[in-house]
Amino acid sequence: MLLQRCPVLAARPSRRAAVCVQAKVSRSEGEPRVIRGKCFVTRDNIDTDQIIPAEYLTLVPSKPEEYEKLGSYALIGLPDDLYPERYVKEGEMKTEYPVIIGGQNFGCGSSREHAPVSLGAAGAKVCVAESYARIFFRNCIATGELYPCETGVRLCDVLKTGTEVTVDMDKNVLTDHSTGKTYPLQEIGEAGPVIDAGGIFEYARRQGMIKVA
Amino acid sequence: MALHATMNAPCGAGRVARRSVKVSAVAATPTPARTPAATGSVKRAMTMTEKILANHSDNASTKPGDNIWTRVDKLMTHDVCGPGTFGIFQKEFGPNAKVWDNERVVIIPDHYIFTSDARANRNVDILRDMATKYNIKYFYDIKDRSNFKANPDYKGVCHVALAQEGHCKPGEVLFGTDSHTCNAGAFGQFATGVGNTDAGFILGTGKLLIKVPPTMRFVMDGEMPEYLLAKDLILQIIGEISVAGATYKAMEFAGSAIEGMNMDERMTICNMVVEAGGKNGVIAPDQTTFDYVRARTDEAFEPVYSDGSAQYVADYKWDVSKLEPLVAAPHSPDNRKTARECSDVKIDRVYIGSCTGGKTEDFVSAAKLFYRAKRQVKVPTYLVPATQKVWADVYTMPVPGCDGKTAAEIFEEAGCVTPAAPSCAACLGGPRDTFARMNEPEVCVSTTNRNFPGRMGHKEGQIYLASPYTAAASALKGFVCDPREYM
Repeated sequence: MLLQRCPVLAARPSRRAAVCVQAKVSRSEGEPRVIRGKCFVTRDNIDTDQIIPAEYLTLVPSKPEEYEKLGSYALIGLPDDLYPERYVKEGEMKTEYPVIIGGQNFGCGSSREHAPVSLGAAGAKVCVAESYARIFFRNCIATGELYPCETGVRLCDVLKTGTEVTVDMDKNVLTDHSTGKTYPLQEIGEAGPVIDAGGIFEYARRQGMIKVA
Repeated sequence: MALHATMNAPCGAGRVARRSVKVSAVAATPTPARTPAATGSVKRAMTMTEKILANHSDNASTKPGDNIWTRVDKLMTHDVCGPGTFGIFQKEFGPNAKVWDNERVVIIPDHYIFTSDARANRNVDILRDMATKYNIKYFYDIKDRSNFKANPDYKGVCHVALAQEGHCKPGEVLFGTDSHTCNAGAFGQFATGVGNTDAGFILGTGKLLIKVPPTMRFVMDGEMPEYLLAKDLILQIIGEISVAGATYKAMEFAGSAIEGMNMDERMTICNMVVEAGGKNGVIAPDQTTFDYVRARTDEAFEPVYSDGSAQYVADYKWDVSKLEPLVAAPHSPDNRKTARECSDVKIDRVYIGSCTGGKTEDFVSAAKLFYRAKRQVKVPTYLVPATQKVWADVYTMPVPGCDGKTAAEIFEEAGCVTPAAPSCAACLGGPRDTFARMNEPEVCVSTTNRNFPGRMGHKEGQIYLASPYTAAASALKGFVCDPREYM
């Protein structure tokens, strides 16, 4: 199953340099900020311990192999009785759900950057939630791992895990392809270009704000 | 400017004589576009948080919502986030870059220390390499994991160590790669948690771009009843406003009950600001603060206070004499209940430790209750002093009003598990072999800060957050228990 996703990964045991880091959103300039795919629905107050339990924090996100491993554990802390579907299937490294739906206060708890990093490493591209905890929101932008989109609609009550959706951050609309219904999104604003670039440092470099020593 | 000749000289012929005019005009040096001056500006009434940020950002004043670049007095990191932070610093600023100030970075290994997990151990080694490479003045190293006392530099839990080592000072700005960095707000400073990327940025520049938060004020007045502790007050507040009630806001604590608290108790309150979503917490510095700080550092500091007419976005007031011992029931810090109404909840274990509830005052409180009760605990009671100093206090300091006995003696007589090596231990689960980690689905009363599913290890573990008094009483009863039963 692993081999079909990223052929380079199959050669990983012998070639460390060939780690397939499908990280960061990295959108090219001019490309529409539109993401289509299956959504994974969560509820209110998804805290960082549920996103990435503390026992996995020994993995250092700036090391490529450990970055990949973090992705495989994304959202593994969700209680099994409430979430029978795992975000990343057992034995897999990547998720089938590029879109995460949340309720209120998504990402509350710890300041650990491992939280947005594990989601991005797993293949999440955008989260659409009613509201975010501030450190998690800030970390999403600083790392460029995924877009933290906001909406006034309680999508977590409306959508189901596995539904195909399109998140259009240019037109500020989410489309549910199972029903054709659309829902308004708040503007991603200044955070957009920073995440497009792949995070605050890359953005600052492109803007000429900093030079490498 | 010199005009060598006039342009029009009178001439008999009626013609205007034009002599060659040598004009050597010296252009005025270009002046940059004028920036607004502030000499006549009337200073805005500001809250403590707004003032601290104004002082650190070359602004005469700030208001909530302003995006400002703030100078950083101290940056703290630990073994879980330090390697990643330095990794980002090296990648973004280059392998030859130096940190902005090697005396303003404090590296405190504390999270996953006493474990055989190879990666966890490696992370402490990485911190050592970074401390050496960048000549970091404050690195509280540990090498001998089998005996914490054999490591003279090792401290333990970062937030308590920061305070004990004199790194927390009124009026300063502190960032840490840990959400409970807000703990230091008890000293009247701006302190908050950030991720690795922001911390990596600070390492290189000594600054950070942040938004000035509006302030919510919480006035706790009246005399604290003997059965109430600071933990009960903060659980009261979080239960009131919810886990997102203070998102993006500063929480300012005032009132006679706060003023009567020592620094340990004030830290307990500010520590859990993040559990309400708060950005930072502050308590006005006073003689209690100055005495504590002066005993630990000679460095200068300038205390800052909220103006009388400063504006707050919310004002709460409580008469603490009317409050009761509380718990936060599973699975949220805002799931507020009185300890009394949970008296039918049978428990499997008690945990006293962490930056929130593992300080000297926390152990003194628990010991006092055990001593008064003169009984044995009915469930395994795990004790983890936050730092080496707290551990020493537990073993050497006579607990007031307990016949000269130390807390350690009282704990032993009550049948508690021997106090463990100082670290974060099971507050956040950690590697499988972590002391007191919940590896089975059990019910635990804990003096820690979060009780979301899986927080202490097992996803189905049930955690009741409580004060040291309530934790001790619950240990004696074998059920969640109001401490008044033993007082």
